[in-house]
Amino acid sequence: MAVEKFPVEASHILMFARSVGDENPIYSDEAHAAGSEVGKIIAPPTFAQASAQFDPDYILRPKPGQPWFGSGGQPTGLKPKSSGSGGGSGGSGIAAGLHAEQHFEYHRHISPGDVLTAEVKPGKTWEKEGRRSGKLIFNETITEYRDQNGELVITARGVGVRTERPVDAGK
Amino acid sequence: MALKRSEIKVGDTYSERLVEDLKRTQIVQYAGASGDYNPLHSDEVFTTQVAGYPSVFAHGMLTMGMTGKLLTNYVGDGRLTKYGVRFTSQVWPGDTLDSTVTVEAVREENGEQLVDLSLQTVNQEGRVVLSGTATARIDA
Repeated sequence: MAVEKFPVEASHILMFARSVGDENPIYSDEAHAAGSEVGKIIAPPTFAQASAQFDPDYILRPKPGQPWFGSGGQPTGLKPKSSGSGGGSGGSGIAAGLHAEQHFEYHRHISPGDVLTAEVKPGKTWEKEGRRSGKLIFNETITEYRDQNGELVITARGVGVRTERPVDAGK
Repeated sequence: MALKRSEIKVGDTYSERLVEDLKRTQIVQYAGASGDYNPLHSDEVFTTQVAGYPSVFAHGMLTMGMTGKLLTNYVGDGRLTKYGVRFTSQVWPGDTLDSTVTVEAVREENGEQLVDLSLQTVNQEGRVVLSGTATARIDA
């Protein structure tokens, strides 16, 4: 999976910040941001994950005319496709699995007007025996986000996990 | 806004309540903003009848995003250099989450003053749902 063009836009940052309950004006108010240390609107720390919006093949987004494994009036009986690349360009990347870890390294903070690319590189794969869920298969991916000048701005490392049984402890 | 080296010490903590009685609608809001439309987070029929979970549950990244708010409230805007987490337990609709960051180290690297933090987010039962670390630039 790769994203060739991830335009960072102010309205998207606003919606993303709202969705995580963060009303910090640095994410929405140009005048406030101009008078702050950073000097302009920036994106919240986990915003790069929203690059999934710009991945044309992202498996966790329904697409017109294509089968979708979520329910309509009734369950469809379709199985989620496995992308085989945990971390993906967004989300855990494994429809049948869960997100186990996510790590970001910020080389600089991104702002509206940046146009990023995301290149996904496979990482390690390992297995573990889980007490609640049977065998656990972990799958790591590294995503490098570069700006319009080719500069590395964010390095993300995601780990997805697939389990033999649903993990239902805690409910 | 930013932290000053002279004002923090190892062992300092900062806590915030991230969310009270997490609403299903907020999970949908996060799906829409992030683009992660996995039905496990919004489709009760699929999640209970097909996937075998007791109900829809939050994206791990929603919990990481909410915890990020506490982090940036503590270290200031644009100051983070690293932020990483493990998702240790699921977050369900109705959960109330509290998060704490702890100062683990204050150090200098390449002429920059940095603080290393550990962080933990727990639900109303005290179960850890997210644990992680972060590093931020601070003022001398």
